[in-house]
Amino acid sequence: MQPLSNIESLLYFSPEILLVIFAAAVIILDLVVKNRESAAVAHLSLVGCLCTFAAVLFTHFSFGDEGPVSLFLGMIRLDVFSTFFKILLLLATTATILFSLRSEELDTRLKGEYYALLLAITLGMFLMASSTNLLMIFISLETVSLTSYILAGFLTHSPRSSEAAFKYITYGAVASGTMLFGLSLVFGMTGTGDLAQIAGRLTELLAAGDIAPLAVLIAITFVLAGVGYKIASVPFHMWSPDVYEGAPIPITAFLSVASKSAGFALFIRFFYTGFSASGLMEAVDWSFMLAIISALTMTVGNLAALPQQNVKRLLAYSSIAHGGYLLMGGVLLSSEGVGAILFYLVVYLFMNLGAFYVVVLVANEVGSEMIDGYRGLSSRAPLVAVAMMIFLFSLTGIPPFAGFFGKWILFTAVLEQGYYWLALVGLLNSVVSLYYYARIVKAMFFEDAGEETDRVSFSTGTFALLSVFVIPTIFIGFLNIFYTFSNISVSVMPMQ
Amino acid sequence: MLLSLMIFIPLLGMVVVLLLPRESEELVKRVTLLFTLIPLALAVYLFISYDRSTAGTQYVVNAPWIEAFNIQYHIGIDGLSVTLLLLTALLGPICVIASWRNIEKGIKAYMALFLLLETGMLGFFAALDLFLFYVFFELTLLPMYFLIGVWGGPRREYAAIKFFLYTLFGSVLMLVAMIAVYLNSNIVNGVAEGLRTFDIPTLITLAATQGHALADPDFQMWVFVGFFIGFAVKVPIFPFHTWLPDAHVEAPTAISVILAGILLKMGTYGLVRVNMAMFPQGLDHFTSGTGFWGNSLALLGFINIVYGSFCALAQTDFKKLVAYSSIGHMGFVILGLASGNANGITGAILQMFNHGVISAMLFLLVGVLYDRAHHREINGFGGLGTRMPIYTGITTLAFMASLGLPGLSGFVGEALSLLGAYDKFKFLTILSTIGIVVGAAYFLWTLQRVFLGTLNPKYEELPEINGREILTLVPLGILTIVLGVWPNFAIDMFRESVTNLIDVLNAI
Repeated sequence: MQPLSNIESLLYFSPEILLVIFAAAVIILDLVVKNRESAAVAHLSLVGCLCTFAAVLFTHFSFGDEGPVSLFLGMIRLDVFSTFFKILLLLATTATILFSLRSEELDTRLKGEYYALLLAITLGMFLMASSTNLLMIFISLETVSLTSYILAGFLTHSPRSSEAAFKYITYGAVASGTMLFGLSLVFGMTGTGDLAQIAGRLTELLAAGDIAPLAVLIAITFVLAGVGYKIASVPFHMWSPDVYEGAPIPITAFLSVASKSAGFALFIRFFYTGFSASGLMEAVDWSFMLAIISALTMTVGNLAALPQQNVKRLLAYSSIAHGGYLLMGGVLLSSEGVGAILFYLVVYLFMNLGAFYVVVLVANEVGSEMIDGYRGLSSRAPLVAVAMMIFLFSLTGIPPFAGFFGKWILFTAVLEQGYYWLALVGLLNSVVSLYYYARIVKAMFFEDAGEETDRVSFSTGTFALLSVFVIPTIFIGFLNIFYTFSNISVSVMPMQ
Repeated sequence: MLLSLMIFIPLLGMVVVLLLPRESEELVKRVTLLFTLIPLALAVYLFISYDRSTAGTQYVVNAPWIEAFNIQYHIGIDGLSVTLLLLTALLGPICVIASWRNIEKGIKAYMALFLLLETGMLGFFAALDLFLFYVFFELTLLPMYFLIGVWGGPRREYAAIKFFLYTLFGSVLMLVAMIAVYLNSNIVNGVAEGLRTFDIPTLITLAATQGHALADPDFQMWVFVGFFIGFAVKVPIFPFHTWLPDAHVEAPTAISVILAGILLKMGTYGLVRVNMAMFPQGLDHFTSGTGFWGNSLALLGFINIVYGSFCALAQTDFKKLVAYSSIGHMGFVILGLASGNANGITGAILQMFNHGVISAMLFLLVGVLYDRAHHREINGFGGLGTRMPIYTGITTLAFMASLGLPGLSGFVGEALSLLGAYDKFKFLTILSTIGIVVGAAYFLWTLQRVFLGTLNPKYEELPEINGREILTLVPLGILTIVLGVWPNFAIDMFRESVTNLIDVLNAI
C-alpha cells in the first residue's frame, strides 16, 4: 500500500510520541520533587514504558487488515518485525529501570536526566528497528549513540566511567563517520534512500554492468563498520569491554542487550531488504565476509573472556561472543537464519539481563564485581546462586535451558546453508565458553566464602524480579509460541 | 504412560525434596529413597511384562512437542533399553542407601541433584526422538558436574570441569551430526519432500531406503564419526578416556557407582541405538575387517582392553585401579559391537549390563573400605581377611566376577564378545585376551595385598562391613551369580532386538 502522509502517520507513531512525552515529563517531575531519595521519577518512567507498551499493541492491532504500513512518506515502516523489536526493547528498558532502582552506585542527584535519557535511547532504538530510509537509519543510530555515551559516563565520581564514555565517543564517532560514507556511496550509486528501491536499482545496475560489484562491496563494508560497532563485532568491538566495565551495571546490562538487539534489527532490515536480492547476492558475495566476521567475533570474545577476573568485564566479552553467534544467523540472510536471530535475541534478553541483575545484587551486598566476591554464594544466598548458575549455563547453551534451544536453531540455520565450518567453529566456541562461565559457578558452589559467611537476605521484590528472568530462561525453549512468533515476524518483511 | 511416570517421578521427587525443610535430613533421605524405589518397582514391572517375542518397541508414547521443528515426545522400550532401565532403576535406591551416612554437607541439594540425574538417565534410555535423546543425554551433565564438584575429593574442581568439558566437546560434535541428519531427513533423490524428522525409528527406516539422502555412504560415514566421538567420550574410548580416572577418584562413592554403572553405558547404548542401527554403512566403513579403517573400531576396542588393563595393573590407588579396569572392560563391549554378528552384539550388550552390576559392586566396596580407613592405598593394607571376613568374601566375589571367572556373570559377556569378534578380527581378538590375563593379575594381586598376609596393626580395630552396606551389595551379588549360571535371563530380553539389528546390518 501507499506510504502514509505525515499527518496520517502520527496516529501510528503514538509509541514514539509517548516516549518523548514521558521523557519530558520525567525531567519536569524531577524539578518539582525536592526529596532526592524519592523514587517518583523512576516510577513515572515505568508508567511511561507501560503506556508505550499499550501504544505498541494498539498500533500493531490497528493496522490489522491493511497489512504493514509505511509512515512519513516511506521513512519508517510499521510491521510485525518492528513490533517484535519494540516489545523486546521495552522489556529491556523496563528491566533496566527496575535494576537502576535497586542499584546503589547511581548518583541520586542526576536521577531525572538518567531516566529521561533511558526513555530517549529507547525512542532511538524504536526508530532503528523501523527505519527504511538511509537518512532515517543514520539519524536513529546517532540518537542511540549520543545518548549511550552520556549514560556510559554517568558515574560522575568514577574515573573509569568517564574513561568509558570517552572511549565510547571516540570509537563511535569514527564508526558513524565510516558508516555515513558507506551510506553516501549507496545513495550515490542508486540515487535513492529507500531500502526497497535500492535493492531494485542495484540489481538493475549490476545486471547492466553500470557499476562494479566491488563498489557495492566497499559500500557494504563501510556500512558494516557502523552496524558492527553497535553489535560489537570484530574488529569494531574494542570499545565494549572498557565501556561495559566502566558504565553503571544497569547501563551495561542495557547496552549489552538492547543496543545489540537494535543493532541486529537495523542490520537485518538493511541487508535483508536492501542487499539480498537474488541477482545482487550472486554478483556481490558479502555473505562470506559476514561468516568470517562472525567466526572471528565469537572466537575473540570467548578467548578474551577466559582470563577475566571481573565479572562485568567477563560478561562484556561473553556478550561480544554472543554477537558472533547471532551474526551466524545473518550469514546469507535466509528467513530461517533471521528467525533464529530473533528467537535467540528473546532468549538472550532474559538470560543476559538476569545475569547482570545478579551482578547488581552481588555488587550491592558483597561490594565486589570480581569473581572472588562470588565465593561461597551458594551458602550465603542459595537462590541467587542457583539463578546465576541457570543464567550462566543457559549462556553456555546447555540443555534444558533456553540458551540451548536458541543455539540449536541458529546452528540448524547455519548448517542448512551448508556452512559446516562455521557451525563447527561456533560449537567449539560454546565448549570454550563453558570454561569461563563455569569459573563463576565454581566460585559460587565449590569454594568457601572465607570470613564472611553470614546469609544475605533479599526482599521479596528482588526474588520476584529474579524469577521474571529465571522462569523464561528455563521454559522458553519448550514452548511452541516463541518459535512461531519469530518466524511470523520474518515472513512479513519484504525480500526483494 | 507407565514409562513417562517412571521417567518423571524422580523429577517430581526433586521438587518435593527441595520443598522439605533444611533441618530434617532423615526425612530428605527417606523421601529420596521412596522416589527411587517407585521407578525400580515400575522397571521391574516393565521387565516382567515386556513381550520378549518381538523386537518392536513397546509402551510407546508419541506426542507432539515442538511442532515448528517436528520434534516429538516419543518414548518407548525395546529389549535393550528395558534391560538398561532396570539397571538404572536398581542402582538408584542402592546409591541413595550408599550415601546415607557419608554425605556430610548439603544432603538436601545432593539428593535433589541425584534425582534429577536419575530422570536424565531413565529418559535417555527410553527416548525415541533424536532431539529428546540429546536433551536427556545432556541433562545428566549438570547434576554430575555438581555432584563431583561439590561433594568430591580434594581435586574435585579439576575433575568436575574436566568431565564437563570433555563430555560437552563430544556432545557438540554429536549435535552437528544430529542437525545434519535432521536437515537431510526429507531429501529423496536430491529432492526435498515432506517434513523433516528427528524420529529415531523413522530415521532408521529412511537410512535403509535406496536413494534417500540418509542412505548415502559418505554421508553415513561422516555423521557416524560425529555421533561416535560424542559417545566415545562417554564410554570412554581411548584417546578420550582421560577424564574418567580423575572423575572416579574424586567423586563420592555413590556417584562413582552411577558413573561406572550407568553413564558409561549411555555411550555404548548410543552406539547401538544410533551409530549401528541408523548408519550401518558408516559402521561398515570402520568394521569391514579390511584395511586400516576397516579394523579401526576393533582396534580401539583392543587398545581399551589392553591399555586399560595395564594401567590398572600399575595403580596403587584402589579406586583408580577399578576405574582403569572399567576402561578395559568397556573395550570388550566395543570389540563385541565391532564384530557385527549375533554372538558379538549379544555379548556386548550382556557385558554392558554385567559391567554395570560388577563395577557398581567394586566401587561400593572401595567406598566401604575408604569410609573406615580414610585412604585407598592398596599397599597400605594387608591381612584384612582376618579382620573383615564378610567384606573379604563379597570383595572376592566381585573380583572373580570382574576378572571373568566362569560361573559368574563377567565371563559370559566377555566370552561371547570375543567369540563374535574372532569371526572377523582374528588377530586383534587373540591379542585382546592379554587383557583378561592382566585383569586376573591385577585383581588377584590386589586381593593378596589387601586381604592376605599379616594384618597391619593400624587396622586391628577396623569394624566389619555393616548391615546397610551389605544391603547395597547383596542384590548386585545375587545378579552376578544368577547371570553367571543363567545368562538367558537377560539375553532373552534382547534376543529379538539383536536379531533385528543384525538384519539391518546385513541389509547393506
